[in-house]
Amino acid sequence: MITVEGLTKKYGTTLAVDDVSFTAAPGRVTGFLGPNGAGKSTTMRIMVGLTRPTAGNVTISGQTFADLPNPGLEVGVLLDASAQHAGRTGREILTLAQRLMGLPRTRVEEMLAAVSLTPGEASRRVGEYSLGMRQRLGIATALIGDPEVLILDEPANGLDPAGIRWMRDLLRGYADRGGTVLLSSHLLHEIEVIADDIVMIGHGRIVSRGSKTELLQAAGTIVRAVDLVRLEQALTDWGLSASATGDGGLRTEADAALVGTVALEAGVALTELRAAEGAGLEEMFLELTSTTQREGAPS
Amino acid sequence: MTAVTAGAVPIRRAVHPVPLTRITAVELRKMFDTRSGFWLIASIAISAVLAAAGVILFAADDELTYSTFATAIRFPVVIILPLVAILAVTSEWSQRTGLTTFTMVPHRGRIIAAKAISSVLIAIAAMALTFAVGALGNLLGAAVTGTPLVWDVTITQCLYYVLGMVLSLLIGFMLGVLIRASIGAVVAYFVLTFLLPTIFSLLAAGSQWFHDLQPWIDIQFAQSGLFVFDKSLTGEQWANIVVTGIVWLVIPLLIGLRLVMRTEVK
Repeated sequence: MITVEGLTKKYGTTLAVDDVSFTAAPGRVTGFLGPNGAGKSTTMRIMVGLTRPTAGNVTISGQTFADLPNPGLEVGVLLDASAQHAGRTGREILTLAQRLMGLPRTRVEEMLAAVSLTPGEASRRVGEYSLGMRQRLGIATALIGDPEVLILDEPANGLDPAGIRWMRDLLRGYADRGGTVLLSSHLLHEIEVIADDIVMIGHGRIVSRGSKTELLQAAGTIVRAVDLVRLEQALTDWGLSASATGDGGLRTEADAALVGTVALEAGVALTELRAAEGAGLEEMFLELTSTTQREGAPS
Repeated sequence: MTAVTAGAVPIRRAVHPVPLTRITAVELRKMFDTRSGFWLIASIAISAVLAAAGVILFAADDELTYSTFATAIRFPVVIILPLVAILAVTSEWSQRTGLTTFTMVPHRGRIIAAKAISSVLIAIAAMALTFAVGALGNLLGAAVTGTPLVWDVTITQCLYYVLGMVLSLLIGFMLGVLIRASIGAVVAYFVLTFLLPTIFSLLAAGSQWFHDLQPWIDIQFAQSGLFVFDKSLTGEQWANIVVTGIVWLVIPLLIGLRLVMRTEVK
């Protein structure tokens, strides 16, 4: 369980993190979604005590990170897979973690097998690793202490599709056994595939949060009809906003049942009625972050 | 790729704090486990042997004494040893391993303390090695040249020598903590150890008042008595070491420690 309360970080006059509050619950994978530079990594660094917050606090299983006596056994952390001494071998990096946490020596080979790094690869220096191999090693380091909580910053970066699939299964199984997983990504698709709960952040501020199903619902309904003009009029009469999707349909905030009722009352024959999933979440992601995104996506 | 059962979860274990001895053992291991780290420390032994060989080959016969060997070996060691301490600290920043280190032990003071202890342990081991290589050189030198064997160093002088080396190492350590960038700290070390003393001695040659003041300002000058192997230090010389040590070592170290505690690790 991770609890973030009123977290704020100021650099000079810039607000990198602005009053961020959320929880990541046990048994669930929480996706921390936002464009690059939104404040995800800063928030995660504050969680593990690498950066001091200007205000607010974070507790992990009820304790602040610094109060954890042997943090590696309680929280697995992967902030940047490339932040390793290029001259150490993968096995050596795991051995250092194993020694520091006071774990049995066999744990190193177990973890190498768990993340599918071969003995040959483990004996090579990390400087020669691909980003995908570094991510695997980083995940092995995070998991070696068998922690209850995982904090992973962009863990899917550099993984091939099979690797992303592997990680999804790994994190799913971990959460199903009662673990808490918080992972960040700037790619909506990754989060959509892996997460149960989503916290969306833009320009340091939380713009949306909830379970994935809730957010999908919030994305509304797509509806098509033979007489689109009359349907739109009927929806407007009911006080429901409706906008054209651009391909001969309408998007509305109302759920499918309500839209069906409105259509029935108005006597409009529908040709399609469905929840605006997937694409809807993506639209929301772009919409919610376009005003706060660095590059500024077209609105 | 198989689905992994690497994280069983809910059983809560009794978690004990990581003891400082364990952190120190890991930090010591980190000094050796890269190729560059290993060869840096190996170069202490290699240069000690080369310096001893140089003495046997080039020193005049009447200078083949134990103190000559110990003094000759000092020069390479006093350059390399502080580098070991500097890199032990700065690599956490320049190689960005601090991201892992400081999350596994979220009390930076304990990591820095462990690094200080392991650096001093390396220094003491290097000194033992220096004395051993010097002794072998002395025996060998006497045998080769047929000159009488001279042991002209007392235990007290050996301890002075170790103290002087540890102080040099701590200067490097302090610069690592204060600057936290490998190249910057190494350059600063050479400025402090080689450039500054030259400037101070020029100043001392130019003006009498600075000449009188130099032992209280110049840390190298103040500590030079530790390495001469001829007489024990006077009370005033000890006072010089303490005063320059506070100014050049303790105060900057405290500033550096404060920065380390407060700055963000990225």
